[in-house]
Amino acid sequence: MTQATVVKLKKKDFESDQEVRWCPGCGDYAILAAIQRTMPELGIPREKLVFVSGIGCSSRFPYYMNTYGFHTIHGRAPAFATGIKCANPELSVWQITGDGDGLSIGGNHLLHVLRRNPDINILLFNNRIYGLTKGQYSPTSEKGKITKSTPYGSIDQPVNPLKFAIASGATFVARTMDADIKHMMQTFKAAAAHKGVAFIEIMQNCPIFNDGAWKGFTAKKERPERVLYLEHGKPMLWGKKKNRGLVLDGFDFRERSWEEGDEVPSDVLVHDAQAEKSSLAYLMTEIEHPLPVGVFRAVQKPTYEQEMLAQIETAKQKIGHSDLGRLYREGANTWTVAPKD
Amino acid sequence: MSSSLTADRVVIRFAGDSGDGMQLTGSQFTNTSAIIGNDVSTFPDFPAEIRAPAGTLPGVSGFQIQFGSVDIHTPGDAPDVLVAMNPAALKVNLGDLPRGATIVVNEDAFTETNLKKAGYEQNPLEDDSLQGFRLIKLPITTLTRTALEEVDLDTGSKDRCKNFFALGLMYWLYERPLEPTLAWLEQKFAKKPVLVEANARALKAGHAYAETVELFQGHCRVAPASHLPAGEYRQVTGNEATALGLTTACKQLGLPLFYGSYPITPASDLLHFLSRYKNFDVKTFQAEDEIAAVCAAIGASYAGNVGITGTSGPGVALKSEAIGLAVMVELPLVVVNVQRAGPSTGMPTKTEQADLLQALWGRNGESPVAVLAPATPADCFPMAIEAVRLAVEHMAPVMLLSDGYLANGAEPWRIPAESELPELTVRFARADGSPFEGYRHDPETLARPWAVPGTPGLEHRVGGLEKWDVTGNISYDPQNHQRMCELRAAKIARMRVPDQEVEGDPEGELLVVSWGGTYGAVLSAVEQLRREDGRRVGLAHLRYLNPFPKNLGEVLGKFERVLVPELNLGQLDTLLRARFLVETIGYPKIQGRPFKVAELVAKMREVLA
Ligand code: SF4
Repeated sequence: MTQATVVKLKKKDFESDQEVRWCPGCGDYAILAAIQRTMPELGIPREKLVFVSGIGCSSRFPYYMNTYGFHTIHGRAPAFATGIKCANPELSVWQITGDGDGLSIGGNHLLHVLRRNPDINILLFNNRIYGLTKGQYSPTSEKGKITKSTPYGSIDQPVNPLKFAIASGATFVARTMDADIKHMMQTFKAAAAHKGVAFIEIMQNCPIFNDGAWKGFTAKKERPERVLYLEHGKPMLWGKKKNRGLVLDGFDFRERSWEEGDEVPSDVLVHDAQAEKSSLAYLMTEIEHPLPVGVFRAVQKPTYEQEMLAQIETAKQKIGHSDLGRLYREGANTWTVAPKD
Repeated sequence: MSSSLTADRVVIRFAGDSGDGMQLTGSQFTNTSAIIGNDVSTFPDFPAEIRAPAGTLPGVSGFQIQFGSVDIHTPGDAPDVLVAMNPAALKVNLGDLPRGATIVVNEDAFTETNLKKAGYEQNPLEDDSLQGFRLIKLPITTLTRTALEEVDLDTGSKDRCKNFFALGLMYWLYERPLEPTLAWLEQKFAKKPVLVEANARALKAGHAYAETVELFQGHCRVAPASHLPAGEYRQVTGNEATALGLTTACKQLGLPLFYGSYPITPASDLLHFLSRYKNFDVKTFQAEDEIAAVCAAIGASYAGNVGITGTSGPGVALKSEAIGLAVMVELPLVVVNVQRAGPSTGMPTKTEQADLLQALWGRNGESPVAVLAPATPADCFPMAIEAVRLAVEHMAPVMLLSDGYLANGAEPWRIPAESELPELTVRFARADGSPFEGYRHDPETLARPWAVPGTPGLEHRVGGLEKWDVTGNISYDPQNHQRMCELRAAKIARMRVPDQEVEGDPEGELLVVSWGGTYGAVLSAVEQLRREDGRRVGLAHLRYLNPFPKNLGEVLGKFERVLVPELNLGQLDTLLRARFLVETIGYPKIQGRPFKVAELVAKMREVLA
């Protein structure tokens, strides 16, 4: 009899033997821990997990996971991940990227992986700075930011990652933060459960080059008044007493508050992550106070690899499987040269 | 009664406006000639513009075919017959015609407007500028309209059948049967019977017209070729043969083929062909750009498919960083470069061989890859298989250097039986209980284990950072870096490739060393020189550029002089000098066109003088 007991894996099983080399206090540690704690709960065998990254501080991530891992080149991880997923759809593919890797040099690839919808989970660590090259402004840095390469302040308009993802047609879009492990794990699990591309922006602090990247939002005591935790099917509320809510006002949002204990006013928006149209989710990406986190959008569409394999199956049924003799003669005029005697 | 001449080889060039259907006409003539047993070789030459302004010089599209009863290696230097459908086609091609050649023109197209568009001040059909040629002028448009009088089509559509009238003339002249083309029409326009009828009528009318008005002095007979080995044949272009070869190799390996590509002239047909072979587990991915195309292919190889990407020189430039990664992570990857004239965008529809040094060295760091080059359109088939074999056997990137001339040119291909195909095998790594060493290299092939995600017990990390030998962990150790660079170089250098063969004399006065798509022209020139001048000349045509065949140095040493003709400014020449310290004589040509046999013969005579 073969051993059929499924060994329940632990966080430790996902830690590789490589020494973790991020700076002390870096937000990446918490993200790594959250992933390593999430993995056992997914029930996916280690050999089926592949972590793919580009270049940057965050992209060292695969080395620290005791799974399959591919540390590729700058900005191109979406293409590698797509190739891996198409080659073997059974794999659970996680792409790790940052604001520079994903939105600057790799912006083009990110657009296309999001619109194609392969079943890949993309984690974008957004620290709003270039860490590995030691402190230049990034595509998500705020305008006017003073950095090594912008002594007079950045004149670039920043890009909003979630807005980009929704506009690209991503089927799952979420935001979470390094300071909230529980919320990260919850969001990663939701992404893993989603069939199709899942895009998650993780607000991450870089204590060395951009300390306080998300100051005012992520600290535990600030969160209740500054952050709106989105839940599908629930009203959009925040505040220590959950007595503040969002209402729609034309193409903008307004705050409505009420006495603690009163009923939630009927015009407070109820979050619908599965809405067919992405318009409202898109508008929500512009809200800064309170900052919404959680799953903005989760809709179902066929995945890229499913459609690719379906075409292959159809072709096999229609034409028959792998007959080289037939292939060589297809659509061609053939003639025979008789043997010479 | 007309008389009959015989010829052992004939060159025809069909030329007209890009909307005149010259490529179609040429390929029909080629097909029919192949079917009746001639050896054939073709050279389509079309403008880069999809539709250049009608009637202008840049809008001229040409298709040249050489067919014969003898071994045909090239599409021919100069046409014996030029079919010119308009003044621009005459003007563009006249310079290539030898005195005495036949020119068939559609005189209806020689209107004042068209003459002006072609830059003719006066009508060349009416002055004596075409003296010395056999000019046959006939109103092809009018004759086609008359023949199609009863067909229910508008005049514009009727006029589009005039290429088939011209084809009919040529079929009469060279005694070709009409049936293959008629059958093709039935199939092509199955849903539009009126077009079958119109084109068939035009074809038959052309044929009959040549007969009744005794347009030519008689038929010209070109007997079937006798040198072709027995078997079943078809025509293939280089791109078709490459696609078939890649598919065959993956079938033999039993692995899915993943082809990542971004459309680019002249490589796009590879993507078109492969996207139809889905029933062979061929996955095609039209990527967002050249970089994503190669990266996705590497990702697929990492996950156990055969990752292949195809492009032309500008695309290879974009892919270079990713190819370097494939060198570093030691995964199989085939990169097909269908070369075109550069630098930069260059001349996309024109051929060239100027990416050899790019293939060898166009990446950062010490980044060796294997480089192969097919010699003829049909040779793309076995060389594509070779590329896959070497990539998988050695876990390394292989570059296959085709070119625009091979890609679009066609020749007969003997269809192989499945039993003749090489057997290819692959071995994925499996866990054996001991700690997995991702960079333990096979002592013979220097391949590292292909450990595919999904395999229990082999979880490991790879990436572009330098690796410790054996463990594959990241390393900045100085000695290790040197060892790994040498190992990656040795992996390519040690690949098993066949010894170099020499055609013609095995030793003597002159060795011609060539590579890639110039084979046909160079071989013809060597044969001619040996035949006519009785000189002792050999040809070493290279299909393996990295590594070179092991005996190449020895071969070079057997001749007094070494001539290296190539379609660039001397790239193979530079390599041979650097590698073997030989005094070579370069013969560079870089005009976007293939070599002519005559110019090669002249150069060889000069060198031997
Ligand atoms: S530079 Fe910043 S992001 Fe990079 S490891 Fe250090 S703290 Fe983290």
